[in-house]
Amino acid sequence: MTPTSLENVFLVAAGLFVVLAIAMFYRAVVGPTTQDRLLAVNVLGTNTVVILALLAAGLDQSWFLDVALIYALLNFLMSIAISKFTVERGGVL
Amino acid sequence: MIEPIALQSTVGTVRFWAIVLLLGLGVFFTLVSTVGVLRLPDIYARAHTASQTDTLGAGFALAGVAVAFGWQHAAVYTVLLLFFVFITNPTAAHAIARSAAETGVEPVLTEENAAEPEASAERDVPTETDGETQ
Repeated sequence: MTPTSLENVFLVAAGLFVVLAIAMFYRAVVGPTTQDRLLAVNVLGTNTVVILALLAAGLDQSWFLDVALIYALLNFLMSIAISKFTVERGGVL
Repeated sequence: MIEPIALQSTVGTVRFWAIVLLLGLGVFFTLVSTVGVLRLPDIYARAHTASQTDTLGAGFALAGVAVAFGWQHAAVYTVLLLFFVFITNPTAAHAIARSAAETGVEPVLTEENAAEPEASAERDVPTETDGETQ
């Protein structure tokens, strides 16, 4: 196959992931509890990591993978920190 | 100056369709997970289905990216990223569900499941219930 069609496959997949991430915003906005919103934001972060990796392949920019790795690290830290904060307010955080 | 990595200029037909299959499976599982997070009733069920994005969806999509890069540094990077996502995101989902449990979020139960705690409470006094049913 030609390389342009392969790059288009990656860009289309990234677009589909963007649509699914936007759909996930509904739960982040209306989620009844704090944990619902936190879960939705966590899934959004995972989607962002995947989108960055797909764009790294589709646009031939390998440094997007560095951004994706840092984003995954910060996403994990954010989830752990906020879920700890909701349990013991005024503790370490 | 960042040099763009050369995506393999000519990938074989088998590899092309393998990439398409992996990306399609990733999009499919992420779609299932998104529908589940939007429609399931409580935080515990949503945490269960949200982990699907983190393991199956991201796993297949990042595997497709790694296959596309071939034998390069970027593929090693992608596999490390996949490994990291696999380790951390179920841990985060567990922490979120546990914080929900400790802050007193009640699970939404169906009729049959909701009747079960009462039945187990009645089991403490079996002679009375047995006498009533007989």
